[in-house]
Amino acid sequence: MTADVSATTAAPRTTEDARRALDAHLREIVRWHFSPETGTPFWLDWAKRTGIDPIARVKIVDDLLVFPNFADESLRSEPLERWVPAAYKGRPFTIFETGGTTGMPKQRIGWEDYKTDYEQFSATLRDADFPRNGYWLMMGPTGPRRLRLAIEHLANYRGCSCFFVDLDPRWVKKLISSKQFDQAKAYMEHVVDQAVTILTHRRVNALFTTPKLLEALAEKISIPDAGIRGVFCGGTTMEPQYTRFLVEEVLEGRTKFVPTYGNTLMGLACHKPLTPEDRYSITYYAPQPRAMLRVVDPDHPEHVVEYGQWGRVELTTLTKEFFMPRFLERDEAIRRRPCDLYPWDGVGEVRPFGASKTTIVEGVY
Amino acid sequence: MSLPHFPILRWGEPYESLDVETVVHFATGEELCQVSQANPGLIARDMRQAHRARQALRAIPCDELCRRLGTAAGLFIKSTLPLGSARQSPEDFVRCQSATTGLPEHMCRFNMEKLHYVLTNLDAILGSLTRGLDRGILTRGYGEERGVMRSMQANSPVLGMVLPSNSPGTHGLWLPVPALQIGLVLKPGPLEPWTPFRMAQAFFEAGLPRESIGLYPGGAEVGMAVVNHVPRTMIFGSKTTVEQYRGNPAVQVHGPGFSKIILGDDCVDEWEKYLDLMVDSIALNGGRGCINCSGIWVSRHSREIAEALAQRLGPVAPLPPDDPKAPLAAFTIAAQAEGINGMIENALAESGVEDVTAKYRGGERLVREQRCAYLRPTIVHCDSPKRSLANTEFMFPFAAVVECPQSDVLKAIGDTLVCTVISNDEAFRCAVVDATNIDRLNLGAVPTTRLNWLQPHEGNIISFLYRERALQSG
Repeated sequence: MTADVSATTAAPRTTEDARRALDAHLREIVRWHFSPETGTPFWLDWAKRTGIDPIARVKIVDDLLVFPNFADESLRSEPLERWVPAAYKGRPFTIFETGGTTGMPKQRIGWEDYKTDYEQFSATLRDADFPRNGYWLMMGPTGPRRLRLAIEHLANYRGCSCFFVDLDPRWVKKLISSKQFDQAKAYMEHVVDQAVTILTHRRVNALFTTPKLLEALAEKISIPDAGIRGVFCGGTTMEPQYTRFLVEEVLEGRTKFVPTYGNTLMGLACHKPLTPEDRYSITYYAPQPRAMLRVVDPDHPEHVVEYGQWGRVELTTLTKEFFMPRFLERDEAIRRRPCDLYPWDGVGEVRPFGASKTTIVEGVY
Repeated sequence: MSLPHFPILRWGEPYESLDVETVVHFATGEELCQVSQANPGLIARDMRQAHRARQALRAIPCDELCRRLGTAAGLFIKSTLPLGSARQSPEDFVRCQSATTGLPEHMCRFNMEKLHYVLTNLDAILGSLTRGLDRGILTRGYGEERGVMRSMQANSPVLGMVLPSNSPGTHGLWLPVPALQIGLVLKPGPLEPWTPFRMAQAFFEAGLPRESIGLYPGGAEVGMAVVNHVPRTMIFGSKTTVEQYRGNPAVQVHGPGFSKIILGDDCVDEWEKYLDLMVDSIALNGGRGCINCSGIWVSRHSREIAEALAQRLGPVAPLPPDDPKAPLAAFTIAAQAEGINGMIENALAESGVEDVTAKYRGGERLVREQRCAYLRPTIVHCDSPKRSLANTEFMFPFAAVVECPQSDVLKAIGDTLVCTVISNDEAFRCAVVDATNIDRLNLGAVPTTRLNWLQPHEGNIISFLYRERALQSG
């Protein structure tokens, strides 16, 4: 099997390099998914049905507009086998599900992607904050989520193992939607108490959790005093004031805070390390070229918005295991400029789509 | 010139949030101030130190605290006090409060005087509410009184207050609290940061410990955090909020008042004597408060009374907020006034209900302006307590004149915050005194709006904050 080039290519240093690398990777992934020898039944049928030949048409990122916005309903309705590239045929796959609340969840299948994503992410972590050979604790959604295996792999990859405390976000959302706030609070306490027990009896250095659970944990114990040196956090909106609160007070300015933006369909977007000028406004950068994020005009999603403007987050996933063009996430963000570390567009202050107009139930996830 | 900025006060220490809201003039949209917004977690964390607020206050004798609060009253009403990085005179304060709440300036001044009155009469107020308890017992937690051991235990080191935007007079409820050696966690209404900040500054200048006051502006989730983390909290809300917290000893809810005037059968024929009292009770202070009368209940003459009230109140129209005679407060959110107007119009479709003011008003009830709206006084006549408008309250001068036999009235009025009963019929007065659905009872010709601060309001604050318990020593 051909190695996944994106995992080994040296990081680009300029926006031009990044763009060239992305275009080259895009061509390779399109060729892979639309060639009969290696391709994916779903996409091969799409090409046949529409009469569009993406291998000929898609040379650079702008050409992705030949695809309509990806309809995520197909991740619920299509048989899983329809997403298996020919080159992976016969290899058992792992089934991952997105958050979901009720009904049929979206499902993505995969083989090694989550490992590749988290090995790349591992390279962004400092050993001082996330010590090699140090135990991890994951307090958050496990179950059918990619995150569960990914965090365990991350811990293993960094030389140790991971404890788990599960939180079922579907149940929390149901409780909140039906205004059973006492039950939601009790469930959260139940989850946090289990984490406190682990941290009290085992030596743990690194933690993955959601912001709300992190805050609740800090109500019970001092996180730095419990031995946690780094927290890798994701899941819900982190506005600047909230981020500042987490860094300065919840983590007491002593434990490293690593916010991330990710999901089952993308992988993991890293944040640009915060500087005083950022005033705790977080910007995430997609794991390009394996995935790319654009901030688009919600009414005309073919156009990106200007830098500094709010728009809807659009995700394109580009791996040999999974191709998903121009999926409109249920998030909005500010389009941010490339930075030295990640010379491509970033997404800032991500929050649920429509958050400025209405209150959105995020629960603890 | 940069706008004044209200920081969060974390036990008296200013904290500037990265999340800032700009508060604007209700009529012009002019930006007036910026307010740091707390995130709920700040309250949870700060509450770990709440005991220090009480410790600091307990170090000062109650009598001395009363004296300092009296000094604060003078500062509040007369002095130029810090406002973020700037300073604010009392006249600026009145202008700003009016500009964001929609209350006419003369009513803002009146409310300032009301707060001044509370702070300068704390000795008498606390003496009355504690039934003359030796205040040393509050400080020590126990002590002998008339040869009997009494123990008063604080239920909480601080009182949480989730304050409204539209009724500056309600601040009177929390002013006595520091004198009881209990700290304050205030969550101001989004449009009314002025009073809590100014009062806090007056308290500090008068020598109250900074660490006794926390001030956390923010959204509804911040209010929830106060309720969830402070062991005793007072909140203001709708009937639904009242129901939500009914029976919860940690939360005292101040909801709609549904305040009423009942003219007994023996006095109702002389109703004209009480017309001024009725008008004042309905319309004073813009008719916004829970103590404003929303129902006149009589067994006869209901139509004549409605006509007479409508004649007096119908022509009342909005005036600019700086007009010393401005009778009405603006709805700073026009949609709220439109919604209320729609509800009234729908309810008027019911037979047996009539808007008597319509013919005296000379225009619509709803007055739309560019960025706000007003609702002009409305008197409806209801031929029976069963009409949907018979027992309703709105935030403007609105009252129903309801025809109801005296024998049914006490049951029919439902929960009533202030009830003025005009009757010399001893049997009826007895029944009124026993009616548990009435909170504040005025026997005789007392306007519903005339509060005696020496009396408890919707529960005695002392029994909310302190628990009387047994203590024996060997």
